[in-house]
Amino acid sequence: MGKPKVATTSLAGCFGCHMSLLDIDDRILDLVELVDFDKSPIDDIKNFTGRVTVGLIEGGCCNEHNVHVLQDFRKHCDILISVGDCAIMGGLPAMRNNIPLKECFDEAYLTGPTVYNPDGIIPNDKALPLILDKVYPCHEVVKIDYHLPGCPPPADTLWEALVALLSDKPIELPYELIKYD
Amino acid sequence: MSEKFVFTIDGVEVKATQGQSILEAATEAGIYIPSLCYMKDLIPHGSCRVCTVKVDGRFQAGCVQPAAPGIKVENDTPELMEIRKDIIEMLFVEGNHYCMFCEKSGDCELQALGYRFGIAAPKHKYLFPDRKLDATHPEIFIDRNRCVLCGRCVNASRDVDGKTVFEFVGRGIDKTVAVNSDANLSDTDISIGDKSMDVCPVGCIIKKGVGFKTPIGQRTYDHEPIGSDIERRKG
Repeated sequence: MGKPKVATTSLAGCFGCHMSLLDIDDRILDLVELVDFDKSPIDDIKNFTGRVTVGLIEGGCCNEHNVHVLQDFRKHCDILISVGDCAIMGGLPAMRNNIPLKECFDEAYLTGPTVYNPDGIIPNDKALPLILDKVYPCHEVVKIDYHLPGCPPPADTLWEALVALLSDKPIELPYELIKYD
Repeated sequence: MSEKFVFTIDGVEVKATQGQSILEAATEAGIYIPSLCYMKDLIPHGSCRVCTVKVDGRFQAGCVQPAAPGIKVENDTPELMEIRKDIIEMLFVEGNHYCMFCEKSGDCELQALGYRFGIAAPKHKYLFPDRKLDATHPEIFIDRNRCVLCGRCVNASRDVDGKTVFEFVGRGIDKTVAVNSDANLSDTDISIGDKSMDVCPVGCIIKKGVGFKTPIGQRTYDHEPIGSDIERRKG
């Protein structure tokens, strides 16, 4: 039997949670001994190569592409984890959730103080994924098995949770490792 | 001399004086009953129900229910903990609680309850309500996104400051804290030294210019759960 596989992605996030994963410092060498990375920005594999044990999701869903990626992760991963506040509650991108979409677009592309857009076009190329009406937490789109809050979750939180899962132990995080900021 | 008597919390005998609430007597005895809207020295109004206990088999808010001789109070039971956790989760989804940029993070009692109850994500859907800010006052601002309607500011301003700057308006999900003036906070006689400035359990009523003063790691709830100070009294 090969090593268990881990996949990661950043949806509507800032890659801060991925940076936090890299913050496990030299333990990353232990992690590489423990797992193989499948689809992930860390190894730049774009598509799943097969079944994956643990999927780490950073960021919530702000457009249809995010939803497709998240559904793809759910399909391929045995265990799916929402990592960070954006995946869990939408995070900063969700600040637009009580502003009508039209107003957001107008501010971003037409009326904002630093906007230069003489043609007054709001980007509408077919290649661009459609923006959702709101930013959705991941667990409101697919079933999520675990949540690791934080902005970002500390490296130790990610390490402890991953090691526990991969060695079939319950995740028991000390008080200091569960924080919302 | 006020009369002393005894009742039990989870089978443990607790002494109380006439007029004390269950929560006050428990706190003195070093037993932590989780609470949010209650604050020592303010008149409790039992709005948040986080301190729900069972008294002789009936649900009561511990902060307003008087202690009485011989009553049997349940506090630390799986049933009550589940109910309290639900209430806290509902408070999180009902407002817009962005801990990552809130000045109160680390010192926030709602957040601390989330930590104490081990809430990683609420099971309910986020409502993302539209709430109003008021930054008109030069030294103070109100961010109603974070308000949990505890009523502490209302009580403190009315009963301690004698100003009645704050009041509730609206009903149900539309209920909100308003300022008692025709326009904005800057039109009231609130001042930075008022009691009502120091009672907000969350980051709703904020002093301008002092945010993020305490480094992460030195804030109230960075290292130990809310209620630890009370539990230490037990000795």
